[in-house]
Amino acid sequence: MADTAKALDGKSSDQHPHDRRWRRLIVANRAMLGSLGVFALMLLLFFVANPRVFSTWNLYISVMTTLPVALFMVTPLVFVVTAGEIDLSFPAIFGFASLAFAAVVQAGFDPFLGIAAAIVVGTGLGLGTGALVVYGGLSSLVATLGMNFMLRGAILILTQSKSIAMPQLADSWAFKVFSSKVFGVPAQMFWALLFVVFCALLYNRHRFGAQVHIVGDNPDSANEMGINVKFVRVKVFGFIGLGAALAGVSSTMINFTWWPTSGDGYLLPVIASVFVGGTPTWGGIGTVGGGAIGALIVSFIQTGVVGAGWSGFYVQFFYGMIIILSLIGHRWNQARYR
Amino acid sequence: MAEHLIELRNITKSFGSVYALGGVTMHVDPGEVVGLIGDNGAGKSTLIKILAGVIKPTAGEIVVQGQVVSNWNPARSRAAGIETVYQDRALAVQQSIVRNVFMGRELAGPLGWLKTRQELEGAERLMREIGFTSRVFSPRSIVGQLSGGERQGVAIARAILKDANLIVLDEPTTALSVVETAKVFHFVRQVREAGRSVIFIGHNIHHVYDIAERFVVIDRGKVVMEKPKTEVASAQVLIEFMEGVARAQHAEMETMA
Repeated sequence: MADTAKALDGKSSDQHPHDRRWRRLIVANRAMLGSLGVFALMLLLFFVANPRVFSTWNLYISVMTTLPVALFMVTPLVFVVTAGEIDLSFPAIFGFASLAFAAVVQAGFDPFLGIAAAIVVGTGLGLGTGALVVYGGLSSLVATLGMNFMLRGAILILTQSKSIAMPQLADSWAFKVFSSKVFGVPAQMFWALLFVVFCALLYNRHRFGAQVHIVGDNPDSANEMGINVKFVRVKVFGFIGLGAALAGVSSTMINFTWWPTSGDGYLLPVIASVFVGGTPTWGGIGTVGGGAIGALIVSFIQTGVVGAGWSGFYVQFFYGMIIILSLIGHRWNQARYR
Repeated sequence: MAEHLIELRNITKSFGSVYALGGVTMHVDPGEVVGLIGDNGAGKSTLIKILAGVIKPTAGEIVVQGQVVSNWNPARSRAAGIETVYQDRALAVQQSIVRNVFMGRELAGPLGWLKTRQELEGAERLMREIGFTSRVFSPRSIVGQLSGGERQGVAIARAILKDANLIVLDEPTTALSVVETAKVFHFVRQVREAGRSVIFIGHNIHHVYDIAERFVVIDRGKVVMEKPKTEVASAQVLIEFMEGVARAQHAEMETMA
Protein backbone atom coordinates (compact mmCIF):
# COMPACT_ATOMS: atom_id res chain seq x y z
CA MET A 1 0.00 0.00 0.00
CA ALA A 2 2.78 2.36 0.96
CA ASP A 3 4.45 1.66 -2.36
CA THR A 4 1.39 2.63 -4.34
CA ALA A 5 1.19 5.80 -2.35
CA LYS A 6 4.82 6.58 -3.05
CA ALA A 7 4.42 5.72 -6.72
CA LEU A 8 1.51 8.11 -7.01
CA ASP A 9 3.41 10.69 -5.09
CA GLY A 10 6.29 10.46 -7.55
CA LYS A 11 4.20 12.28 -10.10
CA SER A 12 4.10 15.98 -9.57
CA SER A 13 1.03 17.58 -8.09
CA ASP A 14 0.66 19.59 -11.29
CA GLN A 15 -1.10 16.57 -12.65
CA HIS A 16 -4.17 17.04 -10.51
CA PRO A 17 -6.78 18.02 -13.08
CA HIS A 18 -8.29 20.33 -10.47
CA ASP A 19 -5.01 22.09 -10.11
CA ARG A 20 -4.76 23.34 -13.67
CA ARG A 21 -4.58 27.00 -12.98
CA TRP A 22 -7.11 28.38 -15.44
CA ARG A 23 -9.63 25.67 -14.94
CA ARG A 24 -9.33 26.06 -11.19
CA LEU A 25 -9.77 29.84 -11.36
CA ILE A 26 -12.85 29.46 -13.55
CA VAL A 27 -14.40 26.84 -11.27
CA ALA A 28 -13.58 28.81 -8.13
CA ASN A 29 -15.02 32.02 -9.58
CA ARG A 30 -17.93 30.63 -11.54
CA ALA A 31 -20.53 32.50 -9.50
CA MET A 32 -18.77 35.80 -10.18
CA LEU A 33 -18.30 34.98 -13.85
CA GLY A 34 -21.99 34.11 -14.08
CA SER A 35 -22.90 37.53 -12.67
CA LEU A 36 -20.54 39.17 -15.13
CA GLY A 37 -22.38 37.30 -17.89
CA VAL A 38 -25.71 38.64 -16.64
CA PHE A 39 -24.31 42.16 -16.64
CA ALA A 40 -22.92 41.83 -20.16
CA LEU A 41 -26.26 40.53 -21.40
CA MET A 42 -28.14 43.37 -19.74
CA LEU A 43 -25.77 45.97 -21.16
CA LEU A 44 -26.19 44.46 -24.61
CA LEU A 45 -29.97 44.63 -24.28
CA PHE A 46 -29.83 48.32 -23.30
CA PHE A 47 -27.36 49.07 -26.05
CA VAL A 48 -29.56 47.51 -28.71
CA ALA A 49 -32.55 49.46 -27.37
CA ASN A 50 -30.76 52.82 -27.55
CA PRO A 51 -27.23 52.73 -29.01
CA ARG A 52 -26.84 56.53 -28.98
CA VAL A 53 -27.36 57.04 -25.23
CA PHE A 54 -25.32 54.02 -24.25
CA SER A 55 -22.34 55.22 -26.28
CA THR A 56 -22.03 58.38 -24.19
CA TRP A 57 -19.64 58.54 -21.28
CA ASN A 58 -22.02 60.61 -19.11
CA LEU A 59 -24.35 57.73 -18.47
CA TYR A 60 -21.54 55.64 -17.02
CA ILE A 61 -20.28 58.57 -14.95
CA SER A 62 -23.68 58.91 -13.36
CA VAL A 63 -23.68 55.22 -12.42
CA MET A 64 -20.17 55.56 -11.02
CA THR A 65 -21.24 58.42 -8.78
CA THR A 66 -23.68 56.34 -6.75
CA LEU A 67 -22.29 52.83 -7.23
CA PRO A 68 -19.44 53.34 -4.68
CA VAL A 69 -21.94 54.02 -1.90
CA ALA A 70 -23.53 50.62 -2.51
CA LEU A 71 -20.16 48.85 -2.90
CA PHE A 72 -19.07 49.91 0.60
CA MET A 73 -22.04 47.98 2.02
CA VAL A 74 -22.44 45.09 -0.43
CA THR A 75 -18.97 43.61 0.09
CA PRO A 76 -19.14 43.46 3.91
CA LEU A 77 -22.66 42.05 3.62
CA VAL A 78 -21.16 39.13 1.66
CA PHE A 79 -19.16 38.33 4.83
CA VAL A 80 -22.32 38.51 6.95
CA VAL A 81 -24.26 36.18 4.65
CA THR A 82 -21.31 33.78 4.36
CA ALA A 83 -21.19 33.58 8.16
CA GLY A 84 -24.80 32.39 8.02
CA GLU A 85 -26.34 35.65 9.25
CA ILE A 86 -28.20 38.56 7.69
CA ASP A 87 -28.14 42.25 8.55
CA LEU A 88 -30.99 44.69 8.00
CA SER A 89 -29.68 47.38 10.33
CA PHE A 90 -27.00 48.83 8.05
CA PRO A 91 -29.22 51.59 6.57
CA ALA A 92 -29.78 53.10 10.02
CA ILE A 93 -26.09 52.67 10.90
CA PHE A 94 -25.33 54.45 7.61
CA GLY A 95 -27.58 57.29 8.82
CA PHE A 96 -26.08 57.38 12.32
CA ALA A 97 -22.45 57.29 11.18
CA SER A 98 -22.98 59.98 8.57
CA LEU A 99 -24.78 62.07 11.21
CA ALA A 100 -21.61 61.84 13.32
CA PHE A 101 -19.63 62.97 10.29
CA ALA A 102 -22.02 65.87 9.60
CA ALA A 103 -22.09 66.94 13.23
CA VAL A 104 -18.29 67.09 13.44
CA VAL A 105 -18.02 69.02 10.16
CA GLN A 106 -20.77 71.42 11.16
CA ALA A 107 -19.04 72.05 14.49
CA GLY A 108 -16.14 73.40 12.43
CA PHE A 109 -13.68 70.52 12.65
CA ASP A 110 -11.77 69.06 9.73
CA PRO A 111 -13.79 66.55 7.65
CA PHE A 112 -11.04 63.96 8.17
CA LEU A 113 -11.89 64.05 11.86
CA GLY A 114 -15.54 63.66 10.84
CA ILE A 115 -14.65 60.55 8.83
CA ALA A 116 -12.85 59.08 11.84
CA ALA A 117 -15.90 59.81 13.99
CA ALA A 118 -18.20 58.14 11.45
CA ILE A 119 -15.98 55.03 11.36
CA VAL A 120 -15.92 54.78 15.15
CA VAL A 121 -19.70 55.26 15.42
CA GLY A 122 -20.52 52.87 12.54
CA THR A 123 -18.19 50.09 13.67
CA GLY A 124 -19.31 50.50 17.26
CA LEU A 125 -23.00 50.27 16.36
CA GLY A 126 -22.29 47.26 14.16
CA LEU A 127 -20.41 45.49 16.94
CA GLY A 128 -23.19 46.36 19.38
CA THR A 129 -25.86 44.98 17.07
CA GLY A 130 -23.74 41.87 16.53
CA ALA A 131 -23.25 41.37 20.26
CA LEU A 132 -26.99 41.70 20.80
CA VAL A 133 -27.73 39.09 18.13
CA VAL A 134 -24.97 36.65 19.08
CA TYR A 135 -24.85 36.83 22.86
CA GLY A 136 -28.59 37.39 23.14
CA GLY A 137 -29.13 34.31 20.99
CA LEU A 138 -31.53 36.25 18.75
CA SER A 139 -32.48 35.71 15.13
CA SER A 140 -30.34 38.11 13.12
CA LEU A 141 -33.18 38.67 10.64
CA VAL A 142 -35.59 39.95 13.26
CA ALA A 143 -33.13 41.54 15.70
CA THR A 144 -31.39 43.64 13.03
CA LEU A 145 -34.77 44.69 11.63
CA GLY A 146 -35.60 45.90 15.12
CA MET A 147 -32.26 47.67 15.41
CA ASN A 148 -32.85 49.38 12.06
CA PHE A 149 -36.14 50.84 13.28
CA MET A 150 -34.75 51.74 16.67
CA LEU A 151 -31.62 53.49 15.39
CA ARG A 152 -33.56 55.36 12.70
CA GLY A 153 -36.03 56.41 15.37
CA ALA A 154 -33.15 57.61 17.54
CA ILE A 155 -31.83 59.67 14.61
CA LEU A 156 -35.22 61.33 14.15
CA ILE A 157 -35.51 62.05 17.87
CA LEU A 158 -31.96 63.42 18.13
CA THR A 159 -32.14 65.70 15.10
CA GLN A 160 -35.84 66.49 15.27
CA SER A 161 -35.78 65.30 11.65
CA LYS A 162 -33.74 68.31 10.49
CA SER A 163 -31.20 67.93 7.69
CA ILE A 164 -27.66 69.35 7.85
CA ALA A 165 -26.18 71.25 4.90
CA MET A 166 -22.38 71.46 4.60
CA PRO A 167 -21.42 73.68 1.64
CA GLN A 168 -17.99 74.19 3.28
CA LEU A 169 -17.15 70.60 2.29
CA ALA A 170 -16.50 71.71 -1.29
CA ASP A 171 -13.29 73.52 -0.27
CA SER A 172 -11.95 70.79 2.01
CA TRP A 173 -9.03 68.47 1.42
CA ALA A 174 -11.21 65.51 2.25
CA PHE A 175 -13.47 66.39 -0.65
CA LYS A 176 -10.53 66.68 -3.04
CA VAL A 177 -9.20 63.30 -1.96
CA PHE A 178 -12.47 61.38 -1.77
CA SER A 179 -15.07 63.03 -3.97
CA SER A 180 -13.49 65.06 -6.78
CA LYS A 181 -13.07 63.80 -10.32
CA VAL A 182 -9.90 62.01 -11.40
CA PHE A 183 -9.50 61.82 -15.19
CA GLY A 184 -13.22 62.46 -15.41
CA VAL A 185 -14.06 59.56 -13.12
CA PRO A 186 -15.55 60.19 -9.66
CA ALA A 187 -12.74 59.67 -7.12
CA GLN A 188 -14.98 57.67 -4.78
CA MET A 189 -15.10 54.98 -7.47
CA PHE A 190 -11.37 54.35 -7.03
CA TRP A 191 -11.69 54.23 -3.25
CA ALA A 192 -14.62 51.83 -3.51
CA LEU A 193 -12.68 49.56 -5.90
CA LEU A 194 -9.73 49.62 -3.51
CA PHE A 195 -12.13 48.62 -0.74
CA VAL A 196 -13.57 45.77 -2.85
CA VAL A 197 -10.07 44.43 -3.58
CA PHE A 198 -9.18 44.65 0.12
CA CYS A 199 -12.40 42.81 1.00
CA ALA A 200 -11.73 40.11 -1.60
CA LEU A 201 -8.27 39.52 -0.11
CA LEU A 202 -9.68 39.54 3.41
CA TYR A 203 -12.31 37.03 2.32
CA ASN A 204 -9.99 34.62 0.52
CA ARG A 205 -6.51 35.14 1.91
CA HIS A 206 -6.96 36.12 5.54
CA ARG A 207 -7.62 34.16 8.71
CA PHE A 208 -10.75 36.24 9.31
CA GLY A 209 -12.22 35.28 5.93
CA ALA A 210 -11.29 31.62 6.41
CA GLN A 211 -13.02 31.54 9.79
CA VAL A 212 -16.10 33.36 8.44
CA HIS A 213 -16.45 30.61 5.82
CA ILE A 214 -16.10 27.82 8.37
CA VAL A 215 -18.45 29.41 10.90
CA GLY A 216 -21.13 29.69 8.20
CA ASP A 217 -20.48 26.17 6.96
CA ASN A 218 -20.31 24.13 10.16
CA PRO A 219 -20.35 26.15 13.40
CA ASP A 220 -20.21 23.03 15.62
CA SER A 221 -17.09 21.84 13.91
CA ALA A 222 -15.56 25.32 14.06
CA ASN A 223 -16.22 25.35 17.80
CA GLU A 224 -14.63 21.92 18.30
CA MET A 225 -11.54 23.09 16.48
CA GLY A 226 -11.14 26.06 18.77
CA ILE A 227 -12.57 28.87 16.63
CA ASN A 228 -14.40 31.47 18.71
CA VAL A 229 -17.61 31.18 16.70
CA LYS A 230 -19.51 33.88 18.58
CA PHE A 231 -16.74 36.43 18.29
CA VAL A 232 -16.36 35.77 14.55
CA ARG A 233 -20.09 36.44 14.16
CA VAL A 234 -19.90 39.67 16.17
CA LYS A 235 -16.96 40.80 14.02
CA VAL A 236 -18.89 40.43 10.74
CA PHE A 237 -21.55 42.76 12.12
CA GLY A 238 -18.83 45.20 13.12
CA PHE A 239 -17.47 44.97 9.60
CA ILE A 240 -20.78 45.85 7.95
CA GLY A 241 -21.05 48.72 10.45
CA LEU A 242 -17.70 49.98 9.17
CA GLY A 243 -18.90 49.59 5.57
CA ALA A 244 -22.12 51.47 6.32
CA ALA A 245 -20.04 54.31 7.84
CA LEU A 246 -17.85 54.59 4.73
CA ALA A 247 -20.96 54.50 2.54
CA GLY A 248 -22.61 57.18 4.67
CA VAL A 249 -19.61 59.50 4.45
CA SER A 250 -19.30 58.90 0.71
CA SER A 251 -22.97 59.68 0.14
CA THR A 252 -22.89 62.80 2.32
CA MET A 253 -19.83 64.12 0.50
CA ILE A 254 -21.54 63.70 -2.86
CA ASN A 255 -24.61 65.64 -1.75
CA PHE A 256 -23.01 68.18 0.67
CA THR A 257 -26.05 67.46 2.79
CA TRP A 258 -27.04 65.00 5.46
CA TRP A 259 -30.68 63.93 5.54
CA PRO A 260 -32.43 62.21 8.44
CA THR A 261 -33.57 59.49 6.05
CA SER A 262 -30.16 58.98 4.46
CA GLY A 263 -29.36 55.32 3.91
CA ASP A 264 -32.95 54.13 3.90
CA GLY A 265 -33.13 53.65 0.15
CA TYR A 266 -30.20 51.23 0.16
CA LEU A 267 -31.70 48.38 2.18
CA LEU A 268 -33.23 46.30 -0.58
CA PRO A 269 -30.85 47.12 -3.46
CA VAL A 270 -27.80 46.22 -1.32
CA ILE A 271 -29.29 42.93 -0.16
CA ALA A 272 -30.38 42.13 -3.71
CA SER A 273 -26.86 42.87 -4.98
CA VAL A 274 -25.33 40.25 -2.69
CA PHE A 275 -27.63 37.50 -3.97
CA VAL A 276 -27.64 38.66 -7.60
CA GLY A 277 -23.85 38.48 -7.33
CA GLY A 278 -23.96 34.77 -6.57
CA THR A 279 -23.60 34.44 -2.80
CA PRO A 280 -26.12 31.78 -1.74
CA THR A 281 -28.43 32.27 1.22
CA TRP A 282 -27.34 29.21 3.20
CA GLY A 283 -23.90 30.39 4.37
CA GLY A 284 -20.44 28.90 4.11
CA ILE A 285 -19.64 30.19 0.65
CA GLY A 286 -19.94 33.42 -1.29
CA THR A 287 -18.18 35.79 -3.63
CA VAL A 288 -16.98 39.33 -2.95
CA GLY A 289 -16.25 40.03 -6.63
CA GLY A 290 -19.67 38.68 -7.56
CA GLY A 291 -21.28 40.95 -4.97
CA ALA A 292 -19.51 43.95 -6.52
CA ILE A 293 -20.81 42.98 -9.96
CA GLY A 294 -24.24 42.43 -8.42
CA ALA A 295 -24.10 46.01 -7.13
CA LEU A 296 -23.11 47.18 -10.61
CA ILE A 297 -26.08 45.35 -12.13
CA VAL A 298 -28.55 46.69 -9.59
CA SER A 299 -27.19 50.27 -9.86
CA PHE A 300 -27.29 50.10 -13.61
CA ILE A 301 -30.89 48.98 -13.94
CA GLN A 302 -32.48 52.31 -13.06
CA THR A 303 -30.18 54.40 -15.25
CA GLY A 304 -30.35 51.75 -17.94
CA VAL A 305 -34.13 51.47 -18.16
CA VAL A 306 -34.56 55.23 -18.41
CA GLY A 307 -31.58 55.57 -20.76
CA ALA A 308 -32.99 52.90 -23.03
CA GLY A 309 -35.98 55.17 -23.49
CA TRP A 310 -38.44 52.99 -21.64
CA SER A 311 -40.82 54.40 -19.10
CA GLY A 312 -39.64 54.60 -15.46
CA PHE A 313 -42.51 52.27 -14.67
CA TYR A 314 -40.40 49.43 -16.02
CA VAL A 315 -37.66 49.87 -13.40
CA GLN A 316 -39.22 47.75 -10.66
CA PHE A 317 -40.31 45.06 -13.06
CA PHE A 318 -36.78 44.89 -14.43
CA TYR A 319 -35.29 44.71 -10.92
CA GLY A 320 -37.44 41.73 -10.08
CA MET A 321 -36.75 39.98 -13.33
CA ILE A 322 -32.97 40.32 -12.96
CA ILE A 323 -33.07 39.06 -9.36
CA ILE A 324 -35.12 35.98 -10.28
CA LEU A 325 -33.11 35.22 -13.42
CA SER A 326 -29.77 35.47 -11.63
CA LEU A 327 -30.98 33.27 -8.78
CA ILE A 328 -32.05 30.60 -11.27
CA GLY A 329 -28.71 30.96 -13.04
CA HIS A 330 -26.67 30.61 -9.86
CA ARG A 331 -28.74 27.66 -8.68
CA TRP A 332 -27.92 25.87 -11.89
CA ASN A 333 -24.30 27.04 -11.78
CA GLN A 334 -23.34 25.76 -8.33
CA ALA A 335 -24.29 22.68 -6.38
CA ARG A 336 -24.81 22.72 -2.64
CA TYR A 337 -22.66 20.23 -0.76
CA ARG A 338 -23.92 18.71 2.45
CA MET B 1 8.77 -1.56 25.71
CA ALA B 2 9.60 0.48 28.74
CA GLU B 3 6.41 2.36 29.32
CA HIS B 4 3.06 2.72 27.66
CA LEU B 5 2.24 5.72 25.51
CA ILE B 6 -1.01 6.33 27.37
CA GLU B 7 -2.39 4.42 30.28
CA LEU B 8 -5.78 4.66 31.96
CA ARG B 9 -5.71 3.36 35.53
CA ASN B 10 -8.90 2.34 37.25
CA ILE B 11 -11.04 5.04 35.66
CA THR B 12 -14.53 5.38 37.09
CA LYS B 13 -17.24 7.77 36.06
CA SER B 14 -20.66 8.14 37.60
CA PHE B 15 -23.44 10.39 36.46
CA GLY B 16 -25.37 10.84 39.68
CA SER B 17 -26.02 7.35 40.98
CA VAL B 18 -25.46 5.70 37.60
CA TYR B 19 -22.03 4.20 36.94
CA ALA B 20 -21.01 4.68 33.33
CA LEU B 21 -17.52 3.35 33.97
CA GLY B 22 -16.66 1.13 36.89
CA GLY B 23 -12.89 1.00 37.00
CA VAL B 24 -11.46 0.74 33.50
CA THR B 25 -7.77 0.03 33.10
CA MET B 26 -6.30 -0.02 29.63
CA HIS B 27 -3.25 1.17 27.78
CA VAL B 28 -2.00 2.03 24.30
CA ASP B 29 1.57 1.42 23.16
CA PRO B 30 3.36 3.46 20.49
CA GLY B 31 2.57 2.40 16.95
CA GLU B 32 -0.26 -0.01 17.71
CA VAL B 33 -3.88 -0.12 16.67
CA VAL B 34 -6.22 -0.96 19.53
CA GLY B 35 -9.73 -2.07 18.70
CA LEU B 36 -12.25 -0.87 21.28
CA ILE B 37 -15.43 -2.88 21.15
CA GLY B 38 -18.63 -2.64 23.11
CA ASP B 39 -22.35 -2.50 22.61
CA ASN B 40 -24.35 0.72 22.75
CA GLY B 41 -24.23 2.06 26.29
CA ALA B 42 -21.18 -0.02 27.21
CA GLY B 43 -19.23 3.14 28.03
CA LYS B 44 -17.10 3.55 24.88
CA SER B 45 -18.14 7.15 24.31
CA THR B 46 -17.64 8.10 27.95
CA LEU B 47 -14.20 6.51 27.87
CA ILE B 48 -12.99 8.37 24.76
CA LYS B 49 -14.46 11.63 26.03
CA ILE B 50 -12.48 11.18 29.24
CA LEU B 51 -9.39 10.49 27.16
CA ALA B 52 -10.06 13.69 25.18
CA GLY B 53 -10.45 15.59 28.45
CA VAL B 54 -14.01 16.63 27.63
CA ILE B 55 -15.44 14.69 30.59
CA LYS B 56 -13.72 14.53 33.96
CA PRO B 57 -13.46 11.05 35.49
CA THR B 58 -14.91 10.56 38.98
CA ALA B 59 -11.77 8.68 40.00
CA GLY B 60 -8.72 7.10 38.43
CA GLU B 61 -5.41 8.14 36.91
CA ILE B 62 -4.31 9.06 33.43
CA VAL B 63 -0.67 8.28 32.77
CA VAL B 64 1.23 9.71 29.82
CA GLN B 65 4.55 7.99 29.09
CA GLY B 66 4.90 6.89 32.67
CA GLN B 67 3.97 10.22 34.22
CA VAL B 68 0.69 10.65 36.06
CA VAL B 69 -1.01 13.81 34.74
CA SER B 70 -3.17 15.66 37.22
CA ASN B 71 -6.10 17.92 36.31
CA TRP B 72 -6.59 16.19 32.97
CA ASN B 73 -8.43 18.53 30.55
CA PRO B 74 -8.80 19.05 26.76
CA ALA B 75 -5.62 21.15 26.58
CA ARG B 76 -3.55 18.53 28.42
CA SER B 77 -5.04 15.80 26.28
CA ARG B 78 -3.96 17.68 23.17
CA ALA B 79 -0.55 18.40 24.67
CA ALA B 80 -0.15 14.65 25.22
CA GLY B 81 -0.76 14.23 21.49
CA ILE B 82 -4.25 12.76 21.65
CA GLU B 83 -6.60 13.70 18.81
CA THR B 84 -10.16 12.43 18.55
CA VAL B 85 -12.02 12.09 15.27
CA TYR B 86 -15.67 12.08 16.24
CA GLN B 87 -18.34 10.02 14.62
CA ASP B 88 -20.17 12.93 13.01
CA ARG B 89 -17.15 13.75 10.81
CA ALA B 90 -16.84 17.34 11.87
CA LEU B 91 -15.86 18.77 8.51
CA ALA B 92 -16.99 21.93 6.74
CA VAL B 93 -18.09 20.28 3.51
CA GLN B 94 -18.31 23.40 1.36
CA GLN B 95 -14.67 24.26 2.05
CA SER B 96 -11.48 22.89 0.56
CA ILE B 97 -9.43 20.08 2.06
CA VAL B 98 -6.68 22.51 3.06
CA ARG B 99 -9.16 24.78 4.90
CA ASN B 100 -10.51 21.78 6.81
CA VAL B 101 -7.07 20.47 7.71
CA PHE B 102 -6.03 23.86 9.08
CA MET B 103 -9.43 24.66 10.60
CA GLY B 104 -8.89 26.86 13.65
CA ARG B 105 -5.11 26.47 13.26
CA GLU B 106 -4.58 28.54 10.12
CA LEU B 107 -0.98 29.27 9.19
CA ALA B 108 -0.86 33.05 9.05
CA GLY B 109 1.56 35.92 9.41
CA PRO B 110 1.43 38.41 12.29
CA LEU B 111 -1.32 40.41 10.54
CA GLY B 112 -3.44 37.36 9.90
CA TRP B 113 -2.75 36.98 6.18
CA LEU B 114 -2.70 33.31 5.30
CA LYS B 115 0.48 31.55 4.26
CA THR B 116 -1.37 29.79 1.47
CA ARG B 117 1.62 28.07 -0.07
CA GLN B 118 2.80 26.64 3.25
CA GLU B 119 -0.72 25.45 4.04
CA LEU B 120 -1.04 23.71 0.68
CA GLU B 121 2.34 22.03 1.14
CA GLY B 122 1.42 21.02 4.69
CA ALA B 123 -1.89 19.51 3.60
CA GLU B 124 -0.19 17.71 0.72
CA ARG B 125 2.41 16.27 3.12
CA LEU B 126 -0.21 15.06 5.63
CA MET B 127 -2.32 13.50 2.90
CA ARG B 128 0.77 11.73 1.59
CA GLU B 129 1.60 10.47 5.06
CA ILE B 130 -1.74 8.68 5.35
CA GLY B 131 -1.58 7.46 1.74
CA PHE B 132 -4.39 9.79 0.69
CA THR B 133 -2.98 10.52 -2.72
CA SER B 134 -5.09 10.83 -5.79
CA ARG B 135 -4.76 12.26 -9.24
CA VAL B 136 -8.33 13.44 -9.00
CA PHE B 137 -8.09 15.38 -5.75
CA SER B 138 -5.72 18.03 -4.53
CA PRO B 139 -5.63 19.96 -1.24
CA ARG B 140 -7.74 22.59 -3.00
CA SER B 141 -10.61 20.19 -3.70
CA ILE B 142 -13.91 20.79 -1.97
CA VAL B 143 -14.64 18.24 0.76
CA GLY B 144 -18.25 17.91 -0.40
CA GLN B 145 -17.01 16.29 -3.61
CA LEU B 146 -15.23 13.51 -1.71
CA SER B 147 -16.62 10.11 -0.79
CA GLY B 148 -17.25 9.08 2.82
CA GLY B 149 -13.93 7.26 3.13
CA GLU B 150 -12.02 10.16 1.67
CA ARG B 151 -13.76 12.53 4.08
CA GLN B 152 -12.50 10.32 6.93
CA GLY B 153 -9.09 10.75 5.34
CA VAL B 154 -9.40 14.52 5.65
CA ALA B 155 -10.46 14.14 9.30
CA ILE B 156 -7.48 11.86 9.96
CA ALA B 157 -5.08 14.23 8.17
CA ARG B 158 -6.41 17.04 10.35
CA ALA B 159 -5.92 14.92 13.45
CA ILE B 160 -2.22 14.27 12.71
CA LEU B 161 -1.53 17.92 11.88
CA LYS B 162 -0.15 18.69 15.33
CA ASP B 163 2.04 15.57 15.51
CA ALA B 164 -0.55 13.53 17.36
CA ASN B 165 0.77 10.37 19.02
CA LEU B 166 -2.63 8.78 19.44
CA ILE B 167 -5.60 9.14 17.16
CA VAL B 168 -8.97 8.02 18.44
CA LEU B 169 -11.34 7.10 15.61
CA ASP B 170 -14.95 6.86 16.72
CA GLU B 171 -16.80 4.56 14.35
CA PRO B 172 -14.98 5.75 11.24
CA THR B 173 -16.42 3.06 8.99
CA THR B 174 -20.07 3.26 10.00
CA ALA B 175 -22.24 3.80 6.90
CA LEU B 176 -19.32 3.29 4.51
CA SER B 177 -19.19 0.89 1.58
CA VAL B 178 -16.63 -1.91 1.36
CA VAL B 179 -14.35 0.11 -0.91
CA GLU B 180 -14.62 3.19 1.30
CA THR B 181 -13.90 1.12 4.40
CA ALA B 182 -10.78 -0.22 2.70
CA LYS B 183 -9.66 3.38 2.16
CA VAL B 184 -10.05 4.18 5.84
CA PHE B 185 -8.10 1.01 6.74
CA HIS B 186 -5.37 2.15 4.39
CA PHE B 187 -5.18 5.52 6.15
CA VAL B 188 -5.08 3.84 9.57
CA ARG B 189 -2.25 1.50 8.51
CA GLN B 190 -0.27 4.43 7.16
CA VAL B 191 -0.74 6.31 10.41
CA ARG B 192 0.58 3.29 12.32
CA GLU B 193 3.52 2.90 9.95
CA ALA B 194 4.48 6.47 10.78
CA GLY B 195 4.83 5.29 14.41
CA ARG B 196 1.58 6.76 15.71
CA SER B 197 -1.04 4.83 17.64
CA VAL B 198 -4.73 4.45 16.91
CA ILE B 199 -7.76 3.51 18.98
CA PHE B 200 -10.30 2.19 16.53
CA ILE B 201 -13.88 2.05 17.77
CA GLY B 202 -16.44 0.16 15.76
CA HIS B 203 -19.76 -1.57 15.82
CA ASN B 204 -18.78 -3.82 12.97
CA ILE B 205 -16.62 -6.44 14.64
CA HIS B 206 -15.29 -7.68 11.30
CA HIS B 207 -13.92 -4.21 10.63
CA VAL B 208 -12.31 -3.97 14.04
CA TYR B 209 -10.86 -7.47 13.75
CA ASP B 210 -9.30 -6.67 10.37
CA ILE B 211 -7.56 -3.48 11.43
CA ALA B 212 -6.66 -3.82 15.12
CA GLU B 213 -3.73 -5.68 16.69
CA ARG B 214 -5.22 -5.86 20.15
CA PHE B 215 -8.82 -5.88 21.28
CA VAL B 216 -10.40 -4.35 24.34
CA VAL B 217 -14.03 -5.28 24.92
CA ILE B 218 -15.99 -3.25 27.43
CA ASP B 219 -19.41 -4.04 28.76
CA ARG B 220 -21.44 -2.02 31.23
CA GLY B 221 -18.46 0.13 32.16
CA LYS B 222 -15.93 -2.66 32.67
CA VAL B 223 -13.23 -4.27 30.56
CA VAL B 224 -14.46 -7.82 30.04
CA MET B 225 -11.78 -8.95 27.59
CA GLU B 226 -8.38 -7.79 26.48
CA LYS B 227 -6.39 -9.91 24.04
CA PRO B 228 -3.84 -9.45 21.30
CA LYS B 229 -4.91 -10.55 17.85
CA THR B 230 -2.56 -13.55 18.04
CA GLU B 231 -4.81 -15.00 20.74
CA VAL B 232 -8.05 -14.44 18.85
CA ALA B 233 -8.45 -16.95 16.04
CA SER B 234 -11.06 -15.10 13.99
CA ALA B 235 -13.65 -12.33 14.02
CA GLN B 236 -16.17 -15.08 14.72
CA VAL B 237 -14.57 -15.70 18.11
CA LEU B 238 -15.04 -12.04 19.00
CA ILE B 239 -18.62 -12.08 17.76
CA GLU B 240 -19.44 -15.16 19.84
CA PHE B 241 -17.84 -13.53 22.85
CA MET B 242 -19.98 -10.42 22.32
CA GLU B 243 -23.09 -12.56 21.99
CA GLY B 244 -22.21 -14.24 25.27
CA VAL B 245 -21.87 -10.83 26.88
CA ALA B 246 -25.27 -9.81 25.53
CA ARG B 247 -26.88 -13.02 26.79
CA ALA B 248 -25.44 -12.49 30.27
CA GLN B 249 -26.72 -8.92 30.24
CA HIS B 250 -30.16 -10.11 29.17
CA ALA B 251 -30.28 -12.81 31.85
CA GLU B 252 -29.28 -10.30 34.50
CA MET B 253 -32.09 -7.99 33.45
CA GLU B 254 -34.56 -10.90 33.62
CA THR B 255 -33.59 -11.70 37.22
CA MET B 256 -33.81 -8.04 38.17
CA ALA B 257 -37.32 -7.92 36.81
